[in-house]
Amino acid sequence: MEWANTIVQGVLTGGLYAMFAAGLSLIFGVMRLVNIAHGDFIVLAAYLALVVIETLGVDPLVSLLVVVPLMGGIGYALQRGLLNRTLGDDLLPPLLVTFGLSVIIQNGLLELFTADSRRLQAGAIEVASWQLASNLSIGVLPLLQFAIAVAVIGGLQALFYRTALGRAFRATSDDPAIARLMGLDNAHVFALAMALSLGVVAIAGVLLAVRANFDPAIGPARLIFGFEAVIIGGLGNLWGTLAGGIVLGVAQAIGAKLDPGWQLLAGHLAFLGVLAVRPEGLFPRIRG
Amino acid sequence: MPEAPLLEVRALSAFYGDFQALFGVSLAVERGEVVAVIGANGAGKSTLLKSIAGLMPGQRDAVLFDGAPIGDLPAQRVVARGIALVPEGRRLFPSLSVEENLLIGGQLRRPGPWTLERIFALFPALAERRHLPSTALSGGQQQMAALGRALMSNPRLLLCDEISLGLAPIVIRDIYARLPAITAEGTSLVIVEQDIAQALAAASQVYCLQEGRVAFAGPARAATRETIAAAYFGV
Repeated sequence: MEWANTIVQGVLTGGLYAMFAAGLSLIFGVMRLVNIAHGDFIVLAAYLALVVIETLGVDPLVSLLVVVPLMGGIGYALQRGLLNRTLGDDLLPPLLVTFGLSVIIQNGLLELFTADSRRLQAGAIEVASWQLASNLSIGVLPLLQFAIAVAVIGGLQALFYRTALGRAFRATSDDPAIARLMGLDNAHVFALAMALSLGVVAIAGVLLAVRANFDPAIGPARLIFGFEAVIIGGLGNLWGTLAGGIVLGVAQAIGAKLDPGWQLLAGHLAFLGVLAVRPEGLFPRIRG
Repeated sequence: MPEAPLLEVRALSAFYGDFQALFGVSLAVERGEVVAVIGANGAGKSTLLKSIAGLMPGQRDAVLFDGAPIGDLPAQRVVARGIALVPEGRRLFPSLSVEENLLIGGQLRRPGPWTLERIFALFPALAERRHLPSTALSGGQQQMAALGRALMSNPRLLLCDEISLGLAPIVIRDIYARLPAITAEGTSLVIVEQDIAQALAAASQVYCLQEGRVAFAGPARAATRETIAAAYFGV
């Protein structure tokens, strides 16, 4: 029963990793841009939520109403003003520029908020849980987070395959020049994709910050978890990304159970294992 | 004063880096007219269409549409004015279904006669396959989808780049048989073709390009085998 508990906790954490991954995957899918600053945007969203909560005195989940549109706006402006200029046949310029952004965000947060670790207080919901059996209980907050993750991934899936905006994303990803012939402005479509990605990042950042301590330096590790979840699940498949997040979360939980020092190692080993056996991921996108 | 032509190209030059592909090409398309552009491989036919459609950087006054200079507009703004291009090699979006390819062609919602239903009526083969991925279509069906996708923007001028490329003669005849239904709506056509007989039969005016210059221009019925051969090969 103890093991069942471990696995359930791992699955619930996996939802969070899947959300880290979904934003990354979306950007790479639409414009072949690898956002090295992705993890730092997660942390930025957490600090924005902190400011909103302290200023307005609201609950972390309510702060999403402000943080999500704000991060979306930042994403749109960033893509239009900066990142669109780095896109081209060469993958290196966007990598370098987002790496620079990562450094800037980390140091900017360090200046403004110091290196002290912080946490968002969600009140009684943080410790509430359901006892399912003698040794198996599910925290209300982790379950809520997992439900939000599933809803976000389901929402993205529906947006991609059922809406005009999703069509525009897929068409621009397929063939940007021909998409222009359809009246789609590549710069605008890419900026909308980045806005959406950072909107998802905002949700992930706030949920992370309610659950664990954060400080300005934790971004890059979240980026790695996001990458690993994307690769395990298979590039370009959103439900696969959720599965990838869960595999990673469960591997980490099992590792931590065996020895507290093995948590990260176990996650990386699971990632390497999948990469060695199925380099295309567990659920690659089916084409044609 | 006579009305200005729908499309007027004036002394258009185009470059790929240092390489000049078009040297002062001029051309006019009247309302409701079908114009054929023929020429050997590399003569600049596709470059001409891409320049008109806004896919090549161009000079503002080199392309006039309905009297307005559009030579420097990007493609997404040219299509909003009413010029659609059926690109060489069809270039359907592989991750979109047949129906989605058509819908994205109409995403600007320009008013006009063409709707999803009317495209499916013109090309019944597409209606049966509307939910298939565009990659599952035969070459001829893909060409129909590419034509339909361009028509969905309700263009006043439709540019067709080698719509017969790689297709069986019977399929080519089938596709050309649908063109009158398109011009009947008042849409003008520019057809770039390797298949000269097909192009001459469909067009009223013909331009022959040779190494980036207009080598022959005139009414299609006046173009004899000899004049075309001379313009085509420069002999």
